[in-house]
Amino acid sequence: MARAAIPGGLTVRRSWRQAQILERRPETASASTLAFEVTGWPGHLAGQHVDVRLTAPDGYQAARSYSLAAPTDGDRIAITVQRVPDGEVSSYLADEARDGDTVEVRGPLGGWFVWKPEDSGPVLLVAGGSGVVPLMAMIRSRDGASPTPFRLLYSVRTPQDRIYDHELRRRATEDGGLEVAFLYTRTAPDGETRSVGRITAEDLIAYGWPVDAEPTCYVCGPTAFVEKVSDLLVGLGHDQAMIRTERFGPSGP
Amino acid sequence: MDAPIEGFAFYDGNSLAGPLSEVFGVELTTAAGRCRSCGTTSELATFRVYGPAPGFVGRCPHCEDVLLRLVRTPDALWLDFSGVSALRILIPSDSADEEQQP
Amino acid sequence: MNIFTRGFRGRKRDSTGQLPPGQYLTNDFPVLSAGPTPRIPLDAWEFLIATEQGESHRWSWAELMALPAESVTVDVHCVTRWSKLDTVWRGVSLDTLLADIATEADFAMAHSYGGYSTNLPLEDLLGGKAWVAYEYDGEELAPEHGGPARLLVPHLYFWKSAKWVRGIELMLQDSPGFWEQLGYHDYGDPWREQRYQGD
Repeated sequence: MARAAIPGGLTVRRSWRQAQILERRPETASASTLAFEVTGWPGHLAGQHVDVRLTAPDGYQAARSYSLAAPTDGDRIAITVQRVPDGEVSSYLADEARDGDTVEVRGPLGGWFVWKPEDSGPVLLVAGGSGVVPLMAMIRSRDGASPTPFRLLYSVRTPQDRIYDHELRRRATEDGGLEVAFLYTRTAPDGETRSVGRITAEDLIAYGWPVDAEPTCYVCGPTAFVEKVSDLLVGLGHDQAMIRTERFGPSGP
Repeated sequence: MDAPIEGFAFYDGNSLAGPLSEVFGVELTTAAGRCRSCGTTSELATFRVYGPAPGFVGRCPHCEDVLLRLVRTPDALWLDFSGVSALRILIPSDSADEEQQP
Repeated sequence: MNIFTRGFRGRKRDSTGQLPPGQYLTNDFPVLSAGPTPRIPLDAWEFLIATEQGESHRWSWAELMALPAESVTVDVHCVTRWSKLDTVWRGVSLDTLLADIATEADFAMAHSYGGYSTNLPLEDLLGGKAWVAYEYDGEELAPEHGGPARLLVPHLYFWKSAKWVRGIELMLQDSPGFWEQLGYHDYGDPWREQRYQGD
């Protein structure tokens, strides 16, 4: 009995596939987006990730997980890689990999930290650093075509660290129903009214949804950030069951 | 998520999706496991996951006891789910997608 | 079928023979863990050796501090492939702790606060090969590295050097500890690259 490939990887292939690099595009000084072609890609949901595996000539292998940065687009997938100090895989992907090179990918993976356009309710997205990647996939997947309103709080150190900066601003104007707030922890641009510092309950109140709007909340970033934001949301009265989290490493991707 | 092999802060069960996909044909991060120690049922995606080296350890988000352990060796995957007393795995009803058999 | 990734080398692995096979040299001290860092107040801390006969021998922190200690400089090798050379530790030798304990046991299980365990032959704890270490690099051993005290058995892969050690259980027969139950080697000699069961 044949089973159709269900978008979102609910019928998961267990094997690693070849992924050929189509292009690498810098997003910030330390982050780059890589687009790959993966023949036979089954499609995916916004929020899912892939595992990327590299193999050295002596057979040594290293693998890391990366969130998909964009919605399903045929055989094309994209990830945004933040260079991690002394990171074996991130430094290869961010600095060395060339158009035409191949790596192996496994996925799409993950069924919990996902958003589908048919999901109801307003959506709150809270990103710490490179935690914005899967949330951007959700925003791109929504693409202004969904009536579901989105609010993004994006915590970054400095204005130079904003990944997808231009696109987020453009979408906040054009997409309709998308609001974006940047929260700076070290240096803010001139004219910024919010004082520099880490995210607080006041930020969630000012830029997020009221509790009685019952938003679905997606929080992604380094573990400490995600823990703090989750606690703040629950403390404000949001239902724990409406909060979905994805923790990156202590330093984030 | 360029997960470094070092670091003692925990991740979550989303990071188990890849290794588990090698042995399970259904998506498991949405599965819910009941902690044998404290009885709390939590989605695997919310487990506090330590690792990936020397292996993954998934702990109960409520009481921190070990729910599962996973090690990938060159030729095997070792899996201990004994900290979970029951696992509820969502299986999507896919009647719309299956081809009809005569 | 593996496909080599053009231009990828990974961390530089030693080919000079100075390190055990498959290892690379690090100047960091990576922290790996199976769970949250236990916090043990020193007035509650205890080290217990339990024999196969059920006899218990205990030391409080003060009693441990009163025992003769040594400073040692050793190389450590983690199964995750990093090696760190010339690390300096201070602690009490297991020869001292086991000196007056009668046992027929050939094996030992080290137990840690937080529930971790690891098994090894008793003779690998003896003969100047193992310590209960409480200082690293001249300072109190930090909690994330196993403080207040950890087992130190540098001739084996570092997962055998149980952090937050709370005692040794002497056993007549070998029994796998936390990682050994999940496929890691019962002995773990880095020079024979005994990482996994069956190696």
